[in-house]
Amino acid sequence: MKSTEVFNIAWAAILKNKVRSLLTMLGIIIGVAAVIVMVAISAGTEATINEEINSLGANLVFVQSSFTRGGAGGAPEGGLVYDDAAAIAEGVDGVGGVVVEQTASETVKSSSAVLDGISLLGSTSDFPSVRDMNIADGRYFNELEVDRKQKVAVLGASLAEELFGDSDPIGQDITVGTTRLVVIGIFEEKGLVGDVDYDSRLYMPITVVLDKFAQSQFARIMGDRVRLIYVEVDDQENLDNVILQIELLLAKRHDLPLEEADFTVTTQQDIIGTQEATTAAFRSLLAWVAGVSLIVGGIGIMNIMLVSVTERTREIGIRQSIGATPSDIRWQFLTEALLLSLVGGLIGVIVGVSGAWIFGSVSGMRTVVVTSSIILAFGSAALVGAFFGYYPANKAAELDPIEALRHE
Amino acid sequence: MAARAIIETKTLTQIYGMGDARVAALDGVSISVHEGEFVAIMGPSGSGKSTLMNILGCLSRPTSGEYFLDNEDVSGLDKVELAAIRNKKIGYIFQSYNLLSRTTALDNVILPLQYDRTTERTKEEREEVATKALGMVGLADRMQHQPQELSGGQQQRVAIARALVNEPVLIMADEPTGNLDSKSGAEIMELLHDLHNEGATIVMVTHSSEIASHTQRTIHLRDGKLDKVISNGKKAKK
Repeated sequence: MKSTEVFNIAWAAILKNKVRSLLTMLGIIIGVAAVIVMVAISAGTEATINEEINSLGANLVFVQSSFTRGGAGGAPEGGLVYDDAAAIAEGVDGVGGVVVEQTASETVKSSSAVLDGISLLGSTSDFPSVRDMNIADGRYFNELEVDRKQKVAVLGASLAEELFGDSDPIGQDITVGTTRLVVIGIFEEKGLVGDVDYDSRLYMPITVVLDKFAQSQFARIMGDRVRLIYVEVDDQENLDNVILQIELLLAKRHDLPLEEADFTVTTQQDIIGTQEATTAAFRSLLAWVAGVSLIVGGIGIMNIMLVSVTERTREIGIRQSIGATPSDIRWQFLTEALLLSLVGGLIGVIVGVSGAWIFGSVSGMRTVVVTSSIILAFGSAALVGAFFGYYPANKAAELDPIEALRHE
Repeated sequence: MAARAIIETKTLTQIYGMGDARVAALDGVSISVHEGEFVAIMGPSGSGKSTLMNILGCLSRPTSGEYFLDNEDVSGLDKVELAAIRNKKIGYIFQSYNLLSRTTALDNVILPLQYDRTTERTKEEREEVATKALGMVGLADRMQHQPQELSGGQQQRVAIARALVNEPVLIMADEPTGNLDSKSGAEIMELLHDLHNEGATIVMVTHSSEIASHTQRTIHLRDGKLDKVISNGKKAKK
């Protein structure tokens, strides 16, 4: 019997019981759709996180302070201090820039507006290059201005508009708390990175923040301690070398052996690596869930095919009596099982792709439909159909013609 | 010169069960049927006539003994080879017609052609051959009807067309009139006679001696053994 004829017989058998066929396919549909939607969600999350990490700036090394608590209420001991940053900038080769940040919150007044609770970010002069921020107008403050605690400010894009509207802010005065600063520059729009709105912030030298705006309590305990120093490496290839130099330098400055260091050095690669490990684990969990539902779908197909073989025992007998070989019968039922799973898989792909799109637009989460997940899911459906269809098909093929013809 | 033997069996034996439960459904039956003969097989239930029918129709194999069909020893063939023999050399007519439901008369008749591996035919050629077979049994105007739209007699005619379509050397008819009223039954018997007159070799199982008397010879079985062979005095009208 030709394969097109086998296909036609199988297709007719599926159409004969439309509702039953659809219910049988449901397991495969759900399984395939689940694979596609879940991979789309995890790929979307991954893409978002990667973008956030990359938008922090390229080739970044994070030097983090690990404080040790002193006695009750006492000052913490060890950790990074402001001068460490300067020491790294001077004493380490291959460093493109070093940034220390200190945040605070204050009321900001311009000639036309008063805004409460504006987030202040004190930094050093390398901030724009290290954090990948571009100046739209004017300039960022330089090293000299940081050292001399010059009262200058750079505005985020949306903050500039709120404070000054259409007029040019450059050269104008603003009052932050009780301190007057001169606006010397405006950043280009950056948008949200993670939860942080870089456009609504006010930027100034870190020395000014430490001097004027850091909470007095905090300042008293912390002194000139900082939590985090950002170091930009000029070349990816120097990364390991720079890390080693920083570790040796700081250990020497803090008078501690490396094993007892009161700081840790991490890179973006470390963060991305951790992130990738997490999403990989998440993904394999989803794959297992989807795989189980595909197997359940396959069992459903096997169940219905066994029912179908029993129902059509007499038909099998008739076909055998007029010359169908065991392999003719086997192929007929295997084709039917394969068709069920492939049509189910196709419907599952449609449901999965549109489901990922709908989920993305309803939940606001980013979803990325991955082509390989479609191929994988569809391929698995076909495999499941072949695997679970074989037993019923073989059972049909092994029927004794005389018994089959006698079947009512 | 005697016509060549289509069926020749030597001490066919079929044993069911094991040990003490062994039952010989068929016990050393040797018969022969020649080309162009119309033979009936009779016997009370349990006499082994169904078992003999199944072996002669290549639906099962004997436990021992030899069976030559068209001078080929088929008693040792495997499932696949037997399927090919059933397809090419044997046409079946069953008591309950055994047509595929929800399948047109034409498609039912085409079915044996689809399972034929030895002859390459296009779709159109198959339809032509099947249409001719349906015309021979007088159903040219019912080709697109499905079995449930046909009377019992018409369904049996479709079955006969299906049995003829591959031009078999042997037609096996198992109680072909058993499900029919006497008028339709008579028509079917007439059709079988026509086929016989055209040279077909027919073996028919029946429990009715009236039906059996239409044939040339009646083979009687009893307790799995050949009881007697009665000549019905009719000659093949060649």
